[in-house]
Amino acid sequence: MNKPIHLRRYHAPVWDEPIVMEMGAPGRRGFHYPAGDATMDAAVGTAADLVPQSLRRRHAPALPEMSEPDVLRHYLHLSQETLGMMGISLFGTCTMKYNPRLTEGLAARPFVAELHPNQDPTTLQGVLEIIYKFDRLLRELSGMDQFTFQPAGGADAAYTQACITRAYHAARGQLEQRNQVVTSIQSHPCNPATAAAAGFEVVTLPLGEQGYPSLEALKAAVSSRTAALMINNPDDMGIYNPQIKQWVQIVHDAGGLCFYDHANFNGVMSKIRARELGFDACMFMLHKTFGVAKGGGGPAVGAYGCTAQLVPFLPGPLVTFDGTRYGISDGALHSIGRVREYWGNVQQVVKAYAWTRAMGAEGIAEASDISVLMNNYMERGLLSIRGVTRSHPQLDGWRIEMTRYSLGQLYEDTGVSVADVQNRMVDFGIDAFWMSHEPWVVPQPFTPEAGEMWSREDIDYWIAVLRQVSDEAYSDPQIVKTAPHNQSIHKLGPESLDEPERWAMTWRAFQRKRAAMGK
Amino acid sequence: MPAGQRPHPFMPNSVPAIKQELMRSLSIGSIEELFAQIPADHRLREPLQFPPALSAESELSRHMLGILGKNKSCEEALSFLGGGCWQHHVPAICDEIIRRSEFLTPVWGTAASDLGRNQAWFEFTSQLGELLDLDLVALPVYSWGCAAGHAIRMAARLTKRARVLIPHYLDPERRSVVANYCEPPQMPSHIAMIEVASDPGTRQLDLEDLRSKLFGGDVAAVYFENPGYLGQIESQAAEICAMARAAGAQAIVGVDPVSLGILAPPGSYGADIVVGSIQPLGIHMNCGGGLGGFIASRDEPRYAYEYPTLLISMAQSTRGEYGFGMALMHQCSYGSREEGKDWTGNSTYLWAIASAVYMSVLGPEGFRELGETIIQRAHYCAKLLADVDGITIARPTGFFKEFVVNFDGTGKTVAQINAALLERNIFGGLDLTGVFPELGNSALYCVTEVHAVDDLKHLARNIAEVCAR
Repeated sequence: MNKPIHLRRYHAPVWDEPIVMEMGAPGRRGFHYPAGDATMDAAVGTAADLVPQSLRRRHAPALPEMSEPDVLRHYLHLSQETLGMMGISLFGTCTMKYNPRLTEGLAARPFVAELHPNQDPTTLQGVLEIIYKFDRLLRELSGMDQFTFQPAGGADAAYTQACITRAYHAARGQLEQRNQVVTSIQSHPCNPATAAAAGFEVVTLPLGEQGYPSLEALKAAVSSRTAALMINNPDDMGIYNPQIKQWVQIVHDAGGLCFYDHANFNGVMSKIRARELGFDACMFMLHKTFGVAKGGGGPAVGAYGCTAQLVPFLPGPLVTFDGTRYGISDGALHSIGRVREYWGNVQQVVKAYAWTRAMGAEGIAEASDISVLMNNYMERGLLSIRGVTRSHPQLDGWRIEMTRYSLGQLYEDTGVSVADVQNRMVDFGIDAFWMSHEPWVVPQPFTPEAGEMWSREDIDYWIAVLRQVSDEAYSDPQIVKTAPHNQSIHKLGPESLDEPERWAMTWRAFQRKRAAMGK
Repeated sequence: MPAGQRPHPFMPNSVPAIKQELMRSLSIGSIEELFAQIPADHRLREPLQFPPALSAESELSRHMLGILGKNKSCEEALSFLGGGCWQHHVPAICDEIIRRSEFLTPVWGTAASDLGRNQAWFEFTSQLGELLDLDLVALPVYSWGCAAGHAIRMAARLTKRARVLIPHYLDPERRSVVANYCEPPQMPSHIAMIEVASDPGTRQLDLEDLRSKLFGGDVAAVYFENPGYLGQIESQAAEICAMARAAGAQAIVGVDPVSLGILAPPGSYGADIVVGSIQPLGIHMNCGGGLGGFIASRDEPRYAYEYPTLLISMAQSTRGEYGFGMALMHQCSYGSREEGKDWTGNSTYLWAIASAVYMSVLGPEGFRELGETIIQRAHYCAKLLADVDGITIARPTGFFKEFVVNFDGTGKTVAQINAALLERNIFGGLDLTGVFPELGNSALYCVTEVHAVDDLKHLARNIAEVCAR
């Protein structure tokens, strides 16, 4: 039934594009401003007069001097030298989605793009209405009582949880005693990292035989010092912890809060709700699950929702509605203040609302179904490839929307690493896949996530490319180890970028260090 | 699939026959079987209470236009709001580039797959480094406030000290963000925020007060801004940095990058760590969603080792081509979880590309002209307003694009004046009433290159009428 698969003769554009700092010519201009106005000079003096002597810029910045079309073409070339999901991106843990262009167009119009957050609320009724209504939709999906969209990413939502945890226990006079946050080794690194940055000790639970930490491990970790549990479920291996309700109960009994990191919501949306599982708070990533463009890593939104008990601690501003008009309130009694200025990435909330309305309840349920169906379909194909195994092979059964695989066997057999395979797959127009967050719990890991946006043909193609690369690894490993061959660039050299004399985070540092090395 | 439900336009596998085939290949009769891992009592049994789907783009578009049309933007009115988010002109090519699908939609790539984006990021850090006169610039963080918070934590780790001096005139939004980063007193790594007084005349830092607080000991950093929150240019910047250094503290300076065509770069007057907003560099305000923050310093290992951010570095391919990789990845939270420096994650990397385009197209002359246009127009506006009966502008010069307008003599509140201006399609300056009580009934006005001379006259005429009523 499946069509035969033709491996594309893909080759990325190669523009040999100079660094912009090397481009242009002295005196060339890309932009004008209406400077040099004689009336203005007469009225207030020249600009030079208006800058205090001690603060005048003495040397012009060494920026490129280019005409406008040259700048445009340079960055167009750079965009073409970026695979950037023009291929097939199954970047696991990040849920690659279609980003409807309607909403990109709408959000770029002045009625979103040219709003100032301090405008009078009467002039912001549209965005306030969307924030208000989208909050209601997320409440329905989670069972929570109120959301804030201020956190500017998933990690920022985790940080918000850490700040709210502090405020909650401080309000009860228990903050000094409750100084530990419990998480699992398979949680996203932002959970332990934000907890630590907020001042907590982190207790990390190892995985048990079932692929999630055991109840015994949790009980041993939880005490009167526990401030909160921060946990995802299912984890990045596609394993769901069926004891999660007991977990929440144990932590609650000890006086801690429970935060549900919904990074892996796609496979379970409309199937479970954080509230019914007992959680006090949860987080959705609008740039993942809700169809908002990721922008190569933000601007993003970690929508943070909580139960009524924690609402008084939410950061402001919050949107209010009196039945007629939408307004802005500055956060409640015990508000933690701000985790980021203003209301967050409002334009992304607009896009997420539109995506959710386009999908509807049926579409969201079906997206969840399809993402799990496609993951398990893909698993059949991937596990038939030589050198590929899946994590926890002793566990039978279907995984949720992702499966963690290992190329450990391939590496042992051929010396070809998962990074080599990643580099070789881009030669066939496959976007670099995700390996695993630290620490690796299986050797040479990779974590594709099929999701709902990719067609069966795309998934079949992805499988076929990995099969081809596996064949190459066993027959001619050098091809894989020296990849990429069809990209805008070849494999990076082995030099470490952790050496002070070699790293160069700017062009000026690069020039200085290159000169010092006599090159 | 309920009867009558069509394959969804965003989901190629939502065709019933395809789903049937996929299920058959897994030997299952229902997709429900795939959720066997989830206990029955965890499952939500009631359908979601959602409004009907708007899967027809025409319908969705009408719906969205109906709501968003209720906004009134700064393009439809004449706005003088600033304070932490500013209306600047965004070159059309910035928008064109960041809507390229290759930059807009993906999440992340490698040195091999996404050369172009890595290069664009490196061009962001490289050009910003020239504006700041600093060699080490990180990929951006969420906002200026977040950048300041991280920088203060970097300084606390560097100096092993736990107090930061901050200016009295600091944006309350930003200050609140920084306070969260400094942690409350109950936490072991709490950093105390101590306010330094401002000279009531110049609104610059009071150096005597700075000296007394600085030499009280245990100061990790002096944080100040240039221009300051009220727009004032801090002409004592070099002295402040030198005082900080003499006390063994780091000098952290927050700057507005669009001022740097005419104002001295912070690297030149002794700043150790520099932060600020990238929003003015080619990014629309987006109701505050256009924010992004940067962190920069001298390229010394002791600073580099404290960055919590991603650091893109020049590298070379095996064929000698320019390439890019991440330096010091092990020290961020992706590499070291809770042992890493603070944390990182999705940030504002698309905006870094917009800013790279912006800096390239302006070039050195563009930044100079932009700075000159802004500082002249802002002063011209202040002069026009100072002539209005009842209005006082205590500091008629010494600012960049923002200045404080006091309405005490008009007998009206800022709220009343702004409401009356709104009726005339003008968004008046940010109301400072109560934020800094000593400023009385004042507003912070922001003038940029988007304001034509006639706009400023229009503002002055209308304010005069509103105040006279």
